[in-house]
Amino acid sequence: MAGNAQLDTSSNPARLRISGDWTLAHYTRLKQQTEQLAGQYDAQTAIDLDEVSSIDTAGASLLVDLLGAERVSQLTDTAHKLPAADRALLQTVYASLRDFCVPVKVPQQNICILLLSRIGGAVYKLWQDSLQLLGFIGLILQTLARNLFRPKQWRITPMVAHIEQIGLNAAPIVVLLTFMVGAVVAFLGATVLANFGAGIFTVDLVAFSFLREFGVLLTAILLAGRTASAFTAQIGSMKANEEIDAIRTLGLDPMDLLVLPRVLALLIALPLLTFLAMMAGILGGAVVCVVSLGISPDMFISLLHSDIGVQHFLVGMVKAPFFAFLIAAVGCLEGFKVSGSAESVGEHTTSSVVQSIFIVIVLDAVAALFFMEMGW
Amino acid sequence: MQAPREAIIEVRGLCNRFGSQAVHENLDLDVYKGEILGVVGGSGTGKSVLLRSIVGLRRPTEGQVRVFGQDLLSLPEEARSKIERRFGVLFQSGALFSSLTVTENIALPLIEHAGLSRPDAEHLACVKLALAGLPLSAADKYPSMLSGGMIKRAALARALALDPDILFLDEPTAGLDPIGAAAFDQLILTLRDAMGLSVFLVTHDLDTLYTITDRVAVLSQKRVLVAAPIKQVEDYDDPWIHEYFHGPRGRAAYEAATKIKEQ
Ligand SMILES: Nc1ncnc2c1ncn2[C@@H]1O[C@H](COP(=O)(O)OP(=O)(O)OP(=O)(O)O)[C@@H](O)[C@H]1O
Ligand SMILES: [Mg+2]
Repeated sequence: MAGNAQLDTSSNPARLRISGDWTLAHYTRLKQQTEQLAGQYDAQTAIDLDEVSSIDTAGASLLVDLLGAERVSQLTDTAHKLPAADRALLQTVYASLRDFCVPVKVPQQNICILLLSRIGGAVYKLWQDSLQLLGFIGLILQTLARNLFRPKQWRITPMVAHIEQIGLNAAPIVVLLTFMVGAVVAFLGATVLANFGAGIFTVDLVAFSFLREFGVLLTAILLAGRTASAFTAQIGSMKANEEIDAIRTLGLDPMDLLVLPRVLALLIALPLLTFLAMMAGILGGAVVCVVSLGISPDMFISLLHSDIGVQHFLVGMVKAPFFAFLIAAVGCLEGFKVSGSAESVGEHTTSSVVQSIFIVIVLDAVAALFFMEMGW
Repeated sequence: MQAPREAIIEVRGLCNRFGSQAVHENLDLDVYKGEILGVVGGSGTGKSVLLRSIVGLRRPTEGQVRVFGQDLLSLPEEARSKIERRFGVLFQSGALFSSLTVTENIALPLIEHAGLSRPDAEHLACVKLALAGLPLSAADKYPSMLSGGMIKRAALARALALDPDILFLDEPTAGLDPIGAAAFDQLILTLRDAMGLSVFLVTHDLDTLYTITDRVAVLSQKRVLVAAPIKQVEDYDDPWIHEYFHGPRGRAAYEAATKIKEQ
């Protein structure tokens, strides 16, 4: 039977009749009833709990809200028809609520102030993040320098494992992606350049763009998405689980144990993948040239030989370790920033991907300017 | 004991294996309506695995688990969820949702299943917090900001959120101070008496075993060695059980419990 609370004003003093199931299933309705009743009765009102058939903690808390703690404590002594077990429950609920008041919510702030404070917070955070990143890079370099001359401390096994994960396992996707981009670039070249009767320069276009820019840039962006996020999530969930603290209390250095192997692995893997990417991109271009421009493979290669100097390859390659270092640093640092919750792991993983892609592209643009001015 | 009682959990011929390691072999166990069943056993004897098998989180390698007369794992999603709402589970490590505050953790099932509005649910969540013995200051904290004992209490409050019919508690008093643990024992008793709960209580706490359990099931040698009221279990002829109940801690707990009962 559903719970009920009824004020019977015909008798004197008035009687508040509480009956039925006071359980969670009827909570919403009972709550409305009790809210309507509030203020309609006073200390004189007799309270009748005899017809209550069952009660749980939700119902008990409603009764405490309705009647007030004092009344309930009296009732638990006087309402003899209520089974002892139910009275004990009422008493428990009332006793634990006695020292515990329900929190009041702070009122919402003005939206303009909120907006300004958000903007201010974001700017400040950007500044802090940059400082932190610089500090972290310094820390990595310091750890690296310290360990460089102590071969005993080199952690070869985790490093090789990381190289497999981020290098070898990423090779197929990197090759496939750059192959297709190479083909697309060649198509574009073929379409635009053919109008000037300069279709043959498609070869140069593909080779230039992949050796100098696309090879390394595409690989770096791919690894920023694939590896920076993995680093953040790995280190972040260790942080959330207090594993990082455990490492520290064991007298070990998380920089040594976690960061250095990852940074070194990426430093080795990214240049290798970049080389693969360059080759795959040029191959993609070559396939398009052969198929749609009628340039034979032999001719493609001899054009490469004659037109493209080795410095273009070097210009591309020299960027790879810088990108690798920054991606690894951002990934690991964001991992260390994780605090407790699963949500925070997700937040920082996103942030590490966004940051590392941003840094890679900005750095690439700066490098492009530099190399152009130098005439390399 | 009384006439045959209604078993709400029946475990029959349960086998659980992880690779080549057999944790349970041919395990039988009943949990009756309205009883508090203590489950004991050495570390790694498979108490938590048994609990996971019963609540349907783990498909047993062999055997059957029936809850309210039904096999959870063979039920359609809808019916299963309906039964699961009658469970309250406290995991050994708390398993609070780390991205919700304590209040939100407890309010979540109330909003999702009991259909309460958010303010109502949060109000009720505060009541459960108070019942579990947490201070108000913990209400708006995230689980990572809580102490170990507070996590246990918050997890208990969440397990109690829907006023369940069966409570599964995995070492609820581990990490609580003795006063808190005693209050916890009383709370479980009160709830059981008022709402007719059944409680599946995994514990190493001898005081809890002596004060509140109706029966104790001993997990050993991959099965339930004995499940009986604690007085009978004590006298069971098995070296491990003897060591367990008649060791220095067992004796002390026994004497303490008799003292409490005399008062
Ligand atoms: N997912 C899993 N994979 C492999 N083995 C497992 C897994 N879960 C549990 N085990 C093994 O099952 C056995 C029982 O574990 P369980 O967690 O049930 O122990 P327990 O009785 O709860 O111990 P404790 O009292 O320490 O909590 C252990 O040997 C454990 O290693
Ligand atoms: Mg366990």
